[in-house]
Amino acid sequence: MDLSSISPTLLLASLMVASTPILLAALGELVVERAGVLNLGVEGMMITGAICGFAMAVNTGSPLVGFVAAAAGGAVLSLLFALLTQYALANQVASGLALTLFGLGLSALLGQSYVGIKPPPVSKLDIPVLSDLPFFGPVLFSHDLMVYLGLALVAAVWAMLKYTRAGLILRAVGENHDAAHALGYKVVRVRVLAILFGGACAGLGGAYLSLIRVPQWTEGMTAGAGWIALALVVFASWKAGRVLLGAYLFGGVTVLQLNLQAAGVALPVEYLSMSPYLITILVLVIMSADRARAPASLGRTFHASN
Amino acid sequence: MNISKLLTGAALALGLATSAIAQDTTKVGFIYVGPVGDGGWTYEHNKGRLAVEEQFGDAVETVFQESVPEGADAERAITQMALQGADLIFTTSFGYMDATINVASKFPDVKFEHATGYKTADNVATYSARFYEGRAIQGHIAGKMTKSNVIGYIASYPIPEVIRGINSAFIHARKVNPDVEFKIIWAYTWFDPAKEADAATALIEQGADVILQHTDSTAPQAAAQKAGNVVTFGQASDMGQYAPFPRVSSIIDDWAPYYIARTQAVMDGTWETTQTWDGIGPGMVGIGEISDAVPADVKAEALAMKDAIAAGEYSPFTGPLKKQDGSDWLATGEVADDGTLLGMNFYVEGLTGEIPQ
Repeated sequence: MDLSSISPTLLLASLMVASTPILLAALGELVVERAGVLNLGVEGMMITGAICGFAMAVNTGSPLVGFVAAAAGGAVLSLLFALLTQYALANQVASGLALTLFGLGLSALLGQSYVGIKPPPVSKLDIPVLSDLPFFGPVLFSHDLMVYLGLALVAAVWAMLKYTRAGLILRAVGENHDAAHALGYKVVRVRVLAILFGGACAGLGGAYLSLIRVPQWTEGMTAGAGWIALALVVFASWKAGRVLLGAYLFGGVTVLQLNLQAAGVALPVEYLSMSPYLITILVLVIMSADRARAPASLGRTFHASN
Repeated sequence: MNISKLLTGAALALGLATSAIAQDTTKVGFIYVGPVGDGGWTYEHNKGRLAVEEQFGDAVETVFQESVPEGADAERAITQMALQGADLIFTTSFGYMDATINVASKFPDVKFEHATGYKTADNVATYSARFYEGRAIQGHIAGKMTKSNVIGYIASYPIPEVIRGINSAFIHARKVNPDVEFKIIWAYTWFDPAKEADAATALIEQGADVILQHTDSTAPQAAAQKAGNVVTFGQASDMGQYAPFPRVSSIIDDWAPYYIARTQAVMDGTWETTQTWDGIGPGMVGIGEISDAVPADVKAEALAMKDAIAAGEYSPFTGPLKKQDGSDWLATGEVADDGTLLGMNFYVEGLTGEIPQ
């Protein structure tokens, strides 16, 4: 065993990269679920964002355009879900699962000519003095902008839900859509906007995989990240801060266990492999002992004439 | 696949006349562990499927299902394919072994072929390639190319096939570079690009400047390319899009001749249970072009080893070799028998760490 071969600085830096895709996707889903909609299509929207972002970044040479396209791609796909569930009043679970299957197939089709291509590199933050600081520089001040966007989004979602009128309306719609409707709020409109936001976030998360974390396009490359994000929202009791904690824990333990394996730590590999899931669930379940519960209207169909 | 399903449905709807014609075609099914666009393992199996279609034209109909998880769901997928009327089904991952045997016992008239496994039945054959022959050549090049003397290895599951690859690569890396050390990560997945990339990054951060992979996607190649000065090898497929650097060579699986021969055997009614295990010699394992990033003398040595293996003059597991615990395994000049290789569950001397049980 040689723990000295693990560099804590590089480990922490890798942790943030590994966590960002599920953080972005889970944040989007959190807003959707707080509005009372259960969208199981996160995986499909992520992979669609991954290929839309990749294709646009390759064609324009600009990762920024890629990320914008990824958000748009995810949002457009989620619009399909919104039409089905909010206007056609289709079952949310079935529509979400269908969205995942559709997204996986669509992305494979779109991505056929992008296999094996290298995306344009994403520039990293480089602040003269700060980025050169020992330890803090690499950990805090030299990531790509998406890492910071993810963190800023956590703060924004938290503040929006807690302190703003828009957040209050969103939560009202999610807790009791009939009451919100009686008060004159446009339940369907609020929900469609939330679904679009969720789709855009999932798309960004997918593009982070294909443009930065891997970086390449491969069919089915999300490989279940969307489902992890979905589970994370539940275990985080629909709270933005806990989603951040959960995502960083999951990403962190994943990276840590790979590093421990490489360093030859004398722990059974089976336990190391299951540790990200186990630790994340344990911590979040213990934290949710305050009896936080799901939005009361979660997954229920709303029809104005009821 | 969806189109073929539709066609099957249409054929049924059109009645007896159509199905009488359909009986003349041989239906060949494939179960894949990853997507056909993974650029590695499944990609090559799918190339084999397309070769079968090209060879026999209208005489065959092929169907496939991709991204089938190893486990309970595999049995459902294989059963469904058998119910759809497949005459021959190739299940192309080690983890489908028990599912294949179970389904085969329910469909005695359907022929099954399981890749990389060891269980057979009257209607179940196995086939695999001697990937470890290619690993020996990779190990040789890796041992010569590494400057940090740390070689990273992304392993998938602790099964004999993967352990053989690690041992073979290590023996030949050590032979040319006594200081070389292997760092092994068990990813517990065949296909998860993000995890494969993370594993490659972890190995690189811990000093590895050569990455060998036994997972299916090209993600480790991309991670190595991002890191810069790291050598990789294509796995299962050429992965030539990452040549000449970081990918300096590759092991290529060529399943097409086997798939064509077995389909022909079903058509002729001569199909029998066999256990095929072919290597570089018969062409089931190919060595992708060694790029110019490899010094000429190393390339020549690697090619000489390839020729010796192909001619049957050299076996990668030739004594003297000891097991990890220091006990004797093979005496000088002794060659490992296939039985030991097929069930290999130990590291050779010099490797550190334990094989997960």
